[in-house]
Amino acid sequence: MLTRRTFVTGASAGALWSFAGRGAIAAAGSARELAGPHFDLTVDYLPVNYTGSARNAVAINGQVPAPTLRMRQGDEVSIRVTNRLREQTSIHWHGFIVPADMDGVPGLSFNGIPPGATFTYRFKVNQSGTYWYHSHSRFQEQVGLYGAIVVERRGGERHRADREHVLLLSDWTDHDPERIYATLKKQSNYYNFHKLTAREHLALPPAERRMWSSMRMDPTDLADVGGYAYTYLLNGVTPAANWNAAFTPGERVRLRIINGSSMSFFDLRIPGLELTVVAADGQDIEPVTVDELRIGTAEVYDLIVEPRDAAYSIFAQAMDRSGFARGTLAPRAGMTADVPALDKPALLSMADMGMHHEGMVMTDHAPLNHAPAENGPIVDMRASMAMPRLDDPGVGLRDNGRRVLTYADLATLGGPIDARDAAREIELHLTGHMERYIWSFNGQKFSDAEPLRFSHGERLRVTLVNDTMMTHPIHLHGMWSEIVDPRGAFRVRKHTVIVQPAQRLSYLVTADALGSWAYHCHLLYHMEAGMFREVQVG
Amino acid sequence: MKRLAFLLFAAMQCARAQDAGESEHVAPDPPQSRVHAMPYHEMADMMGMDDRRNFGKFMLDRFEWQEASGDGRLEWDATAWYGGDYDKLWFESEGERGNGTTQDSRTELAWDRILSPWWNLRLGARHDGGIGPSRDWAAFGVAGLTPGFFDVEARVYLGENARTALRLSAHRDYLLSQRLVLQPEAELSAYGKDDPERLIGTGLSDVKVGLRLRYEIRRELAPYLGVRWVGHFGDSADYRKAAGDVAHEWLWLAGIRAWY
Repeated sequence: MLTRRTFVTGASAGALWSFAGRGAIAAAGSARELAGPHFDLTVDYLPVNYTGSARNAVAINGQVPAPTLRMRQGDEVSIRVTNRLREQTSIHWHGFIVPADMDGVPGLSFNGIPPGATFTYRFKVNQSGTYWYHSHSRFQEQVGLYGAIVVERRGGERHRADREHVLLLSDWTDHDPERIYATLKKQSNYYNFHKLTAREHLALPPAERRMWSSMRMDPTDLADVGGYAYTYLLNGVTPAANWNAAFTPGERVRLRIINGSSMSFFDLRIPGLELTVVAADGQDIEPVTVDELRIGTAEVYDLIVEPRDAAYSIFAQAMDRSGFARGTLAPRAGMTADVPALDKPALLSMADMGMHHEGMVMTDHAPLNHAPAENGPIVDMRASMAMPRLDDPGVGLRDNGRRVLTYADLATLGGPIDARDAAREIELHLTGHMERYIWSFNGQKFSDAEPLRFSHGERLRVTLVNDTMMTHPIHLHGMWSEIVDPRGAFRVRKHTVIVQPAQRLSYLVTADALGSWAYHCHLLYHMEAGMFREVQVG
Repeated sequence: MKRLAFLLFAAMQCARAQDAGESEHVAPDPPQSRVHAMPYHEMADMMGMDDRRNFGKFMLDRFEWQEASGDGRLEWDATAWYGGDYDKLWFESEGERGNGTTQDSRTELAWDRILSPWWNLRLGARHDGGIGPSRDWAAFGVAGLTPGFFDVEARVYLGENARTALRLSAHRDYLLSQRLVLQPEAELSAYGKDDPERLIGTGLSDVKVGLRLRYEIRRELAPYLGVRWVGHFGDSADYRKAAGDVAHEWLWLAGIRAWY
């Protein structure tokens, strides 16, 4: 009998791979590396066992995570992908600026890779930094088809390190993802085992109790799927198996952190170490030192740490505190450090719900305009107030006694890719219905919406307003999202933008990429349920 | 002209970027091939992504043994649906068995249509079986979740010979723990016309009030214990008494709730 504890933390060790790094940097990860510019990838089923139950993953070259692809800025790469599955597959190069037919989204970029077929992706790598790749077909990403990409910067890294490790976080499940999605459609709070009990509900302040009652929502709703179904992995290794990596005391160690999960946000810290964040989504930033950071689904951060002669736990707790991924950094094999306890799950506040606090002083902000479809039956709430709040670390991280990274801390070096101001603005509201489990933009599911049209060459402002109670990672394919502060000044260039409940956030986009592109919430089941748009640049 | 201006601008940007040595951004080449235009279902198939997919759920909400003063009977209440976000086919079956026969049953088949965020319309047909002649009705109803988390249903029925009926029900879950759930429920039926053969009189015919405590072994499977009060009123009560039955009674019950 498997106890709940072993299920969450994983009972058996995943395979550990090690390899010698190339060049001057000693690199190690649990996924074997492949060096470019020519790559051969084979997608196939792989028997795995993370929790004591045998399951089939979808892997590349027999590995979960898929091998780390190491490229050099300026490389003309070719990546041959052979599909040995019984179903179509595809690979999307997340954060890569590539021609639309190389972007890997079946139905928009190309026709997908049928069973038995080989497709060769070819593109020039103009950018550098940490990225990742994953399947864009059905739920293959949930069952293992994700891997890291490291692009070495021409002329060497801006923020130098003596050693580096890729830390790829993911959420493995023994459940069939089709079943998870169907279950969410049948009972959307199925996976939440932190719900308020009747007594806890009564203990809320009366105004909050009335609000939750009238909204028909639960303040504990921080993740649609949690530790009941997920075992959180670090580089494909369960917390129990404890992925570990070496360093020599005194070294500057670069950690390339990728959230390759399907549905999970992680709050990561390494107790005892300050984390100097040097890049966000592959883009070098002005270094900023924190104790903890939240990494949304599909986001990427590069950190530099300077460990002393001791072991350290890498601790990444899921946002709903239903589990964690964990690993160890140590100068010698066999050393371990204490693993922190999970924090208490937080409750969403009235401000998260875009509601006015009683007695709150109203500042000058424009009232929100909601699209007509937002008044339709598939939208359960509309914020009455949304603020930029770039300096808000998010629910569960506020005032926790640690320095937590916020978007206000991020400043991409070198400024925006395009100095023009936006000539027009598109406002999109993130909408949904939690109980019915329907997700959308502006109250329209993908199947009901027309594509968004960008004019080739234009610089436009996209303003996102989150009308839901969930935090969404929004990913625009093919073009950068350059976040601006409330005064319109450039802050940070990202491929995936977290939008918190009742947040209003703007970024500028240069529509220099001809073709059809995917634009969606990177929570896999939100995308499936309709939170997806096609963007046509032409 | 616009494109020319853009190209010029892009070239300038490029030059400026090289000066600064900072921006690595290069616009991607245009795609060499494009995906052909296709209807939604074909695209959904190719994308492996379909927000119009249909799902089905079977819910045995109550499957319980009821005991009142040494007299026992089995009652069930099951729902099944199949469909998408907007339209579903809705099926319900409720009834009781005692003394080796089905005493009473209600079967409904409806089209369930999303109306508003918290309300659905249900239009369909109802068939009553069990002891007495069977009855058929057209059914018009709404179901929803009210503020305060009450699951409610209201239905009006039109039958043969100008029969009319009304059925209201409500229930709510109170979490005592993450798996222990207390569920009060209430149900009320009224009829517009006497139907003595089915022991039904005009007006409010019966009220049922129950309290069930279930333990969710897993979400889909929960045994429960409970108590229920069933009362009949007016002519309905008189017909029952005449048939040797009681007008109202307390019942102890034990059952299982399951869904898939």
